[in-house]
Amino acid sequence: MNLTLYVWRQKGPKEKGSLERYEAKHVSPDSSFLEMLDEVNEDLIKSGKDPIVFDHDCREGICGMCSQMINGIAHGPDTEITVCQLHMRKFKDGDSIYIEPWRAKAFPLISDLMVDRSAFDRIIESYGYTSAHTGGVPDGNAIPVSKVNADIAMDAAACIGCGACVAACPNASAMLFVSAKVSHLGVLPQGEVEAARRVKAMVSQMDAEGFGNCTNHYECEAACPKGIKVTFISRMNRELLKAIPQVEKKAAGGGF
Amino acid sequence: MILDGKCPTGPIETSWDRHRFEMKLVNPANKRKFKVLVVGTGLAGGAAAATLGELGYNVEAFCYQDSARRAHSIAAQGGINAAKNYPNDGDSIYRLFYDTIKGGDFRAREADVWRLAQVSNNIIDQCVAQGVPFARDYAGYLDNRSFGGAQVSRTFYARGQTGQQLLLGAYQALCRQVQAGSVKLHTRREMLDLVVVDGEAKGITCRNLVTGQIESYWGDAVVLCTGGYVNVFYLSTNAMGCSVTAAWRSAKKGAYFANPCYTQIHPTCIPQSGDHQSKLTLMSESLRNDGRCWVPKKQGDERAAHQIPEDERDYYLERKYPSFGNLAPRDIASRAAKEQCDDNRGVGPGKRGVFLDFADSIKRLGEDKIRERYGNLFDMYEKITDENGYKQPMRIYPAPHYSMGGLWVDYNCMSNVPGLFVLGEANFSVHGANRLGASALMQGLADGYFVIPNTIANYLARITPGKVKDDHPEFKRSREEIQGQMDKLLSIKGKKTVSELNRELGKVMWNNAGMARSEQSLKEAIKRIPELREEFWNNVNVTGVSGSTNQQLENAWRLADFLEFAELFVKDALHREESCGGHFRVEHQTEDGEAMRDDENFCYVGAWEFKGIDKEPELHKEPLKFENVELAVRSYK
Ligand SMILES: Cc1cc2nc3c(=O)[nH]c(=O)nc-3n(C[C@H](O)[C@H](O)[C@H](O)COP(=O)(O)OP(=O)(O)OC[C@H]3O[C@@H](n4cnc5c(N)ncnc54)[C@H](O)[C@@H]3O)c2cc1C
Ligand code: FES
Repeated sequence: MNLTLYVWRQKGPKEKGSLERYEAKHVSPDSSFLEMLDEVNEDLIKSGKDPIVFDHDCREGICGMCSQMINGIAHGPDTEITVCQLHMRKFKDGDSIYIEPWRAKAFPLISDLMVDRSAFDRIIESYGYTSAHTGGVPDGNAIPVSKVNADIAMDAAACIGCGACVAACPNASAMLFVSAKVSHLGVLPQGEVEAARRVKAMVSQMDAEGFGNCTNHYECEAACPKGIKVTFISRMNRELLKAIPQVEKKAAGGGF
Repeated sequence: MILDGKCPTGPIETSWDRHRFEMKLVNPANKRKFKVLVVGTGLAGGAAAATLGELGYNVEAFCYQDSARRAHSIAAQGGINAAKNYPNDGDSIYRLFYDTIKGGDFRAREADVWRLAQVSNNIIDQCVAQGVPFARDYAGYLDNRSFGGAQVSRTFYARGQTGQQLLLGAYQALCRQVQAGSVKLHTRREMLDLVVVDGEAKGITCRNLVTGQIESYWGDAVVLCTGGYVNVFYLSTNAMGCSVTAAWRSAKKGAYFANPCYTQIHPTCIPQSGDHQSKLTLMSESLRNDGRCWVPKKQGDERAAHQIPEDERDYYLERKYPSFGNLAPRDIASRAAKEQCDDNRGVGPGKRGVFLDFADSIKRLGEDKIRERYGNLFDMYEKITDENGYKQPMRIYPAPHYSMGGLWVDYNCMSNVPGLFVLGEANFSVHGANRLGASALMQGLADGYFVIPNTIANYLARITPGKVKDDHPEFKRSREEIQGQMDKLLSIKGKKTVSELNRELGKVMWNNAGMARSEQSLKEAIKRIPELREEFWNNVNVTGVSGSTNQQLENAWRLADFLEFAELFVKDALHREESCGGHFRVEHQTEDGEAMRDDENFCYVGAWEFKGIDKEPELHKEPLKFENVELAVRSYK
C-alpha cells in the first residue's frame, strides 16, 4: 500500500520544528510501523537527506523505548500496543498519517521524535524501590503473599515506562506511571513496610519534575500499552492521604 | 599458550565458600576510594552496579538506551532457574549443576557452573525481597514451571515477563544507589574503546549519543556487562541496539574472545514474513510445556492445519526424543525443525515453519488456563501474525537468540587483561556450547549480585586507587582514534546504506554459519566477509555529522565491528572439528543426525587473541576437566 506521512522534524531542542511530508510507497501490510519508517529512512538516506530520528530498541513491545503520537494517539490506533508492535495492516492504502513526538513539559525534545524521559528515572530514584540489601534476606517462601495481591502487584508492575500516559493526558500528568509503581510495591508485604515514605517521596518528585495534575480524563488508561488501570491512581491517592499524617508525625519526633 | 581459569581445587561442594575465604577484601573505609565503571545495566550490570554501590564503591554505570531499565534483559519471557526444590520433585544444587554441564554439552567449567547452581537460591530470595511479583499459588507460595533440558520444575516466573520484572528489581536497586549517591548513571552513552595503561584496564571511551561528544571515563576497574552478539546474524531475537562493539573493542585491546562460534538458535520464534523484517520475535520456550510441535507427514502438504487428520501428523520431537518430547533442549529442537523444513514438510508462507499446537492442552485444561499461563504471548503472536493461536496452531521457526561464547574470563570473572571483568551474556563462562532455558537470567544475576562483589575486591586490594586518571595521554589518544573513525565513516559517502550491508552480512552468516555448518560453507563465509568489509569501508553511505544525535552513525560502527568479529566467529567454527551443542558441523554427526563431540581433541575452551585486521588470530586453549560429572554422550532420547 501507499501512504502519505506528515512527520515532525526538529533538529534540536532550540531549533524550530515543522511537519514534513513524505511518501511511503509499496508498504507491506505485514510490516510493523517502525519497519515502514525504516524504509522511509532508507529512501531519505539515498537522496542524501537526514533520516528521521526516533527511539526504539527491543521492537517487541517491552523495553518502552519507542514513543510516537500517531494521528494524535499515543502509540497509534490499536489497543494495548506499542508503536513497534503496531502493524501496517491497521492502515488503509492511501491513508495520511501524522507522526509526532511525545509532547510534555517534563519530556523535553531531543531531536525529531526523540524526547528526554529521564524525569521518570528520577521519580524511581526518589523511592521507587524496597530498601532490601543484597544478601541477608529471608527465604523466598518465608512470607506467603496471597495470590490476589501477587496478581495485583504484577498488573501494576507490567508498566514499561514508555510515557504514553503522560503524552496522552491533556495535563501531561504522570499519575498512572507513579501510581503503578506505588501500587506494585505497596501491595506486597516486602514493600508495604516503606509504603508511606515511598508514596510521599515519589509524588513530591513527580511534582518537582513539572508533570501536570490528574483531572480524571482517563486518557492515560486508554493509551497504556500494558493495560494499566486508573484504579491504581485512586489507590495511590488513598495511600497518600494515609501517609501524610504518618510521615509528619515521625518528622516531629513521634511515631513510637 | 595454555590458559588457566584459576578454579579452586578440592571438593566442588565447598569450592566457592573456600575461595571466598581465600580472596582478599577491601576495608569498608577504603572502598569509596575505588572507582568502578560498570558498562551495561541489564541483569548483570544492573545487579553489579547496585551491589557494588551498596558495598561502598564509587560506581559509574553506562548504557546506550535512554534509561537503565531498557536493557534487553527486559525482553526475557519464560523464567529463571533455581535449585530450591520447592515442588519436592528431586531437584538439588547438584542436579542443576549436572543439568547445566550436560545441557552445555560438556564444554563449560565445572567450578563456575557449581557456583552458579549454588547461588541460584539466593537470587530468588533477593528478588522476592525487592518486590519481584513472581507467580504464586493460592497458598501464597512461589510457583514453578518446567523448561527444556530438565525433568524437574525449577523455573520461577512472573507471567510472561520474567526478565522485565527481574530487571526492574535490579534497576530499582540501582536507582536506590543513585539516590544514595554511590552510583552515577550515564545513559545514552556507548562505550567505543577500552583504555589500557601498562597492561591494565583503566577506563573507557564513550560517545554521548545525544551530543555526539567523545568522552573519557577513568576507573580502577572496568566491568563489562554488555550482552550478547547474535545480531551478527542481522535477524535475531535481540534488540536493534545489541552489538558486539564493547566486547570486540576490548578484544582489540588484548582481551581474549572465547568460543565465538557457540551461538544458540532458539526453536520457538515467529517465522520471518518478508524482506522488510528488522527483527525476529521469540515465543517463550515455556510454551513447549503445553504446546506440541508437529508437521504434516506428507511432503509439500498445502492443507490448513485443521484439515490434516491426526494420523497424518508427525509429532517429531515426541517421536525422536520420547523421554523429553517437546521439552528437548534448544539446539536439538531447532535442528529437528530445520530438518523437517529442509525435507519439505515445513508449513506457512515460505514453508520455513512448523506448528506449535495447543489444541490438546486447551481440551485438557481449558482455554482460560492456557490464557492465564501464556496470555501475553498469544496476544503478541496475534499482533504480529494476525492469527489466533487458541483457534489454530501457531507457526514457529528457529532464530538466532543467545551467544554462549564471549570474552574469556577466569573463575573471578576477570579477563586476561587485569582490571577488566566481564559478566552476563558478554562472557563465555557457564553455558558451554548450549544454554538451557531460564539459565541466562540466573547467570546475569548470579554474576552481578553474588560473584563480582566478592571477586572484584581480590583485584582492587592489590592496586592503588586512582593511580591513573583521564588526564593520562592514553585517554586522549583513544578519543582521537575514535573521533578519527567517526570522521572516516562520515566521509565515505558511498552508495549502500548501513542496513543493506548489514542484511548482506546477516545472510552470509545465517546461510554459512547458522544451524548447520560445513567446512565448505565456513570457507565460503571466510571469503565473503572480508569482501563485505572492504565494500563497507569504500561504499557505505552514512549521512549527518558526528557532533549531534546520529543513529545512522551508531548503526555504522556497530556493523563495522560485526564485520570484523564475524570473521573470528567463522574461523572458530572452522577450527572446531566436532559438533557440540549449538555448534553443528555436518561432517560430525551420528547416523541418526545427532551431534558428535570429539572429546579427545576438542575438550577445551578456545580463546582467541586478536592480532590485527587481516592477520591470523592466535588460539589459546584452556583444557576442560570433568571430575564431578562423567563425560558422556548427551542423550535426550
Ligand atoms: C527475547 C529473549 C527472551 C529471553 N528469555 C529468557 C528467559 O526466559 N530466561 C533466561 O534465563 N534467559 C532468557 N533470555 C536471555 C537473557 O535475557 C539474556 O541473556 C540476559 O538477560 C542478558 O543479560 P545481560 O545483563 O548480560 O545483557 P543485557 O540485558 O543485554 O544488557 C546489556 C547492557 O549493556 C549495554 N550496552 C551494550 N553495549 C554497550 C556499549 N557499547 N556501551 C554502553 N553500554 C552498552 C546496554 O545498554 C545494556 O544496558 C532471553 C533473551 C531474549 C533476547
Ligand atoms: S521498541 Fe521496545 S517497546 Fe517498542
